[in-house]
Amino acid sequence: MVEAGRAPAARSPVSSEVMIEMRNVHKWFGAFHVLRDVSLTVHRGERIVICGPSGSGKSTLIRCINRLEDHQRGRIVVDGTELTGNLKHIEKIRSEVGIVFQQFNLFPHLTVLENLALAPIWVRRLPRREAEETAMKYLERVRIPEQARKYPAQLSGGQQQRVAIARALCMNPKIMLFDEPTSALDPEMIKEVLDVMVELAESGMTMLVVTHEMGFARTVAHRMMFMDEGQIVEDSPPEEFFSRPRSERTKLFLSQILRH
Amino acid sequence: MAGRAQPVQQEHPLALRPSAATVGVVGWLRQKLFSSPLNAALTFLALYILYLVIPPLVRWAFIDADWVGSTREACRREGACWVFIRVWFERLMYGLYPREEIWRINAGYGLLVGAGALLVVPRFPWKHWVGVFLLVVYPVIAFYLFVGGSLTVSLVTLAVILALIGGTAVRLAPAFRDRAWIAGWRRAYPVFALGALAWLALGERLLGSAPLTVSVHLWPMVETRLWGGLFLTLVIAAVGIVGSLPLGILLALGRRSELPVVRGICVAFIEVWRGVPLITVLFMASNMFPLFMPEGVNFDKLLRALLGVTIFASAYMAEVVRGGLQAIPKGQYEAAEALGLGYWRTMGLVVLPQALKIVIPGIVNNFIGLFKDTTLVLIIGLFDFLGMAQAAASNANWLGFAIEGYVFTGFGFWLFCFGMSRYSQHLERALHTGR
Ligand SMILES: Nc1ncnc2c1ncn2[C@@H]1O[C@H](COP(=O)(O)OP(=O)(O)OP(=O)(O)O)[C@@H](O)[C@H]1O
Ligand SMILES: [Mg+2]
Repeated sequence: MVEAGRAPAARSPVSSEVMIEMRNVHKWFGAFHVLRDVSLTVHRGERIVICGPSGSGKSTLIRCINRLEDHQRGRIVVDGTELTGNLKHIEKIRSEVGIVFQQFNLFPHLTVLENLALAPIWVRRLPRREAEETAMKYLERVRIPEQARKYPAQLSGGQQQRVAIARALCMNPKIMLFDEPTSALDPEMIKEVLDVMVELAESGMTMLVVTHEMGFARTVAHRMMFMDEGQIVEDSPPEEFFSRPRSERTKLFLSQILRH
Repeated sequence: MAGRAQPVQQEHPLALRPSAATVGVVGWLRQKLFSSPLNAALTFLALYILYLVIPPLVRWAFIDADWVGSTREACRREGACWVFIRVWFERLMYGLYPREEIWRINAGYGLLVGAGALLVVPRFPWKHWVGVFLLVVYPVIAFYLFVGGSLTVSLVTLAVILALIGGTAVRLAPAFRDRAWIAGWRRAYPVFALGALAWLALGERLLGSAPLTVSVHLWPMVETRLWGGLFLTLVIAAVGIVGSLPLGILLALGRRSELPVVRGICVAFIEVWRGVPLITVLFMASNMFPLFMPEGVNFDKLLRALLGVTIFASAYMAEVVRGGLQAIPKGQYEAAEALGLGYWRTMGLVVLPQALKIVIPGIVNNFIGLFKDTTLVLIIGLFDFLGMAQAAASNANWLGFAIEGYVFTGFGFWLFCFGMSRYSQHLERALHTGR
């Protein structure tokens, strides 16, 4: 989709400042052990692509970062604030971490513009006019300013996902999480969404992306991670990840996914 | 049109036109009524039944009916005697409300209809304020209009109440959010609100007397036992409707809460009230409740009925709203919370607007049921629209006109319920945004 040969020089430098720190995180759904001793450090400006078989815990991992799921053991620190049951901390972190879902999850009763301006108005307490100006700015960035007054149901899937990205960006997040943002899209719409994500990457955003779009991964990722059965099995730069993966499971997975 | 050259409509030689058999009256008849032998038979059967029912009904209600007169003697013909309704009309509308005070009720209606009409005007700019007026100011005005009598208030207390309402409105109203001073007010508000509430609760007691009192006496008091007829029906229905929706929403949210205590209380509340017939609730409210009250506390009978009806209806409302909440995908909650909206703003801005829209038919269905259930207050001695008609028909001078009474009140109830039903359909269309 995205040309794989794009110069790695496009990768902006990574600062030494730590944005996300996960230490020995465990999570269970009932008796089912979903995350097993996951440790992970993400620096400011770093872009990480996570892949792995279905059910391996990728979604759960990134949803723990803004506490859509809670973890039972270990520590998660986001931008200096540890995630505990403290609601104040949770709301602070959520307003700094944007997330884009596979199913878009736009608010169907609000227009595109209202979708974007809702949280800036009610969480950031911006004046409506200012919030809508920001919203229009981001709609232009994702190249659909002309859809501002429509309702989500009137948009194509690719357009909806770009609105969802713009909605997250309107909160001016420090970190963006993506959970398979293109998996629910028809092939011809995947590129328009990935293009927006590549641009975002070039702007220096800290990103964690769960995706199986390997062209995209090669272009933007600083680090590739492979998850299996709740563990991060492989964590290496893309060149190494694709050419000489260390674990057998990664090799098998890559051979399956890259075959077609 | 005459002098202007009309472009000649050229019909394409191959243009297809629908055949006569599928358009026009004949086409419609063919498609809708006579599409098969069975349908044709059913059509004729329906026509025959209508033939049996409609002409006698029309004859009874209109052709053979008595319309003029003011006594029983005017009822001489075979059909309905609408003189009965005419004579009792005032009672059917207003109960025993004193004749010279009836203008107060009409003024209340007028105010309501006027404000309501503003809400319906498309693009009317101050709809929010009309809404605030209807929900906050109107009930106060209506209360004093309908009840009346002497009202003694302390000017200080009145000022505190007004300041509390005003201060809260400024704190919440989106219009002031852009002002520079609002942050300061937001910080000061809790102290202000607590102070105001403390004054309202304790101020007069601490002083020993109410400072700076004024008495208002615009018109005499009309006791609620004199209220009746359609007026009483509307009061009970309006209070029940306006009260049960917010209460039902809170109960529904509570029932889905993650806090076990809140959830338990809400489930118990809903199941208790849903499990008891309304008659029992009203009967208990009217006869048992006073037994538990301390000596000398006189709780108005109508007030007790209003409480009973509202609580009863809210339990049903809660279940309807819960159905709507369950229909909202988990992704909506997650998206809202991921934006940092928190519980109440997630519910108020994202979940409830969608959930309530889905269950408009159910909500209005409840309203209609509630409206008709108000007739049960007859058993605790309140004479609503229907009760008044029955009372009139059992008047010694007017025995034998119960049917006219039932037809008239039935038609009245139908008008209101049908109106609600149409309004709900209009709302559904107006709020439709796809999906
Ligand atoms: N709310 C839940 N309750 C119970 N089990 C869950 C829940 N959510 C996820 N799981 C289970 O946890 C495991 C990991 O789920 P997760 O969604 O993180 O996987 P994933 O790697 O994102 O998979 P996919 O590629 O299919 O999205 C799966 O086996 C799933 O069935
Ligand atoms: Mg997933």
